[in-house]
Amino acid sequence: MLKPRPAANNAIEVTNLTKYYNGNIAVDGISFAVTKGSFFGFLGPNGAGKTTTVRMLTGVIQPNKGKALLSGLPAGSIEAKQISGVVPEMANPYIDISAWHNLMLMAELYGMPGNMAKERAGYWLHEMGLFPRKDNLVKEYSKGMKQRLILCMALLPDPQILFLDEPTSGLDVQSSRLIKDILRSLNAKGKTIFLTTHDMDEANQLCDYVAIINKGSLVAVDAPEKLKATTDSRHSVEVSFGNPIELDSLEKLAGVREVKKQGDKYRLYTNNSGQLAISLAKYSESNGLTLVSLNTLIPSLEDAFVALTDKEETDNG
Amino acid sequence: MDKKALFQQVKRALVIAKKDIRIYYLKGPVVIFGILFPLFLFLSFAVGRNLGIEFMMPGFLGMVLFFTATAISPAVAPMETQLKTLERLMSCPVTLPTIILGDVLASFAFGIVISLIPLMVGLGLGISIYQPVVLGLGMILAAFCFSALGLLFSVAPTSNTSTIMMLSSMVKFPVVFISGIFIPLTNLPDWGKAIAFISPLTYFTDLARHCLQTSGHLPVWVDLGALLTFAAVFLILALKLHQKTMPRRV
Ligand SMILES: Nc1ncnc2c1ncn2[C@@H]1O[C@H](COP(=O)(O)OP(=O)(O)OP(=O)(O)O)[C@@H](O)[C@H]1O
Ligand SMILES: [Mg+2]
Repeated sequence: MLKPRPAANNAIEVTNLTKYYNGNIAVDGISFAVTKGSFFGFLGPNGAGKTTTVRMLTGVIQPNKGKALLSGLPAGSIEAKQISGVVPEMANPYIDISAWHNLMLMAELYGMPGNMAKERAGYWLHEMGLFPRKDNLVKEYSKGMKQRLILCMALLPDPQILFLDEPTSGLDVQSSRLIKDILRSLNAKGKTIFLTTHDMDEANQLCDYVAIINKGSLVAVDAPEKLKATTDSRHSVEVSFGNPIELDSLEKLAGVREVKKQGDKYRLYTNNSGQLAISLAKYSESNGLTLVSLNTLIPSLEDAFVALTDKEETDNG
Repeated sequence: MDKKALFQQVKRALVIAKKDIRIYYLKGPVVIFGILFPLFLFLSFAVGRNLGIEFMMPGFLGMVLFFTATAISPAVAPMETQLKTLERLMSCPVTLPTIILGDVLASFAFGIVISLIPLMVGLGLGISIYQPVVLGLGMILAAFCFSALGLLFSVAPTSNTSTIMMLSSMVKFPVVFISGIFIPLTNLPDWGKAIAFISPLTYFTDLARHCLQTSGHLPVWVDLGALLTFAAVFLILALKLHQKTMPRRV
């Protein structure tokens, strides 16, 4: 799973990283590496330890055991923080000052020269569509505007590594698209991106590699397509009929492993979705049913995620 | 940490102080309260007694400095916790001591600047400063000392600002009454003196009496030494304790 690479090429290198909270383990000795320039997704169910990991990598909290290096520098050191940009999970800009002043504060904390700071702040405010409102107090910003400002603040020092903890959660389609487009183009320019998300689609569209963490332990680190391939038992066919039918009769079809009713559709899991699609067409014809739709589905990243984190019962139950 | 890195962190502490002042201190009510509150408290004591401005000035100055330097500093950490701005700050290239030093510096600047107002008014009313350098030094040490004390009130990693402010008031009020402000040290009984010596404000008030009234009780070097010691102890404690609790605020 974890391909060893020359250390010099690693933007992030984590070895046996461990964090306890009041005796409970939150992150249980995880190890992984992220190569420079890659787009790395960090996925896991609620409470899995994602935010705790990000906080250790960004120097907000100290691990109890293990170590993490950012471009060879110890995570949490001034040097490591200097090359990182962070969008924390739950963070606000200062609401009693303007967006512009928030950005200038960041610039000064990173020790940026004034002219460069102003130029970059202007650039990112434009990119995020906030420029016309730059002198408004952040108090007057909507949630989406605040989140875009937080991203501006993270990008201002031109970090080599960008940490984002659920940057698009709760945003509308336009805002999250804008953010995704910006992340993609940053990655294309060689920035390493460490993204935590619950949105499997997002991870699938953006990431070269994903790690899946569950209950504090890593259960997989691989390219999204490879993860999907390992979940081959999840091939399925989605079918919807114009007439009511018995669930039992679908379960009796050859090759069906499991049937689930999902809204006005049925999802049939199988090893051979092509063959099952044909059987379904025949079944509908011989029973005089109208076939409204019939789709063969390959496993999605979400399927892989669910399979790896043992949550299928609770998800559809 | 090498010299260059240290210098860089001090510079960033000043950035944090500037941020604190802009966001938390430069508010009309805060500034007005800083002056008016000690004034009323002092007047409630002075009214009806025939006290000269020379006698009142050192105590009043001490009170203004004490109340302003401890007014906002305890609230900064809980407010940043509650408004969720702290994690951002902690992920910036600054150390935890830098953040805490920044908070102390903001409070220090606020305390000094506001205290200059009554001093100016006093000068206008005809008081003289007999030892300006000593007074200046004393104000600087005291402002540091009280600011660090203010920071000490907020070491508990809570986001509940009102609890912290209540706690700080519970300490601040008794301190004002035991510090030789209303009754100079010289006139206190021995037990009164013994209690007064545990308060850092005592030494500043005594020093101010030397400088503005030529009637201090303790030697000047004792006052300065005590202020320096209190300042160092409070600052080190504030740094150490906040460093421990700050990661628990996120
Ligand atoms: N400050 C804290 N004090 C005590 N326990 C904590 C603290 N922060 C996190 N935990 C615990 O550590 C575990 C991991 O939490 P973490 O926030 O890292 O999860 P997460 O993967 O980010 O979840 P989510 O998807 O909900 O954001 C959880 O069991 C959580 O209860
Ligand atoms: Mg989280």
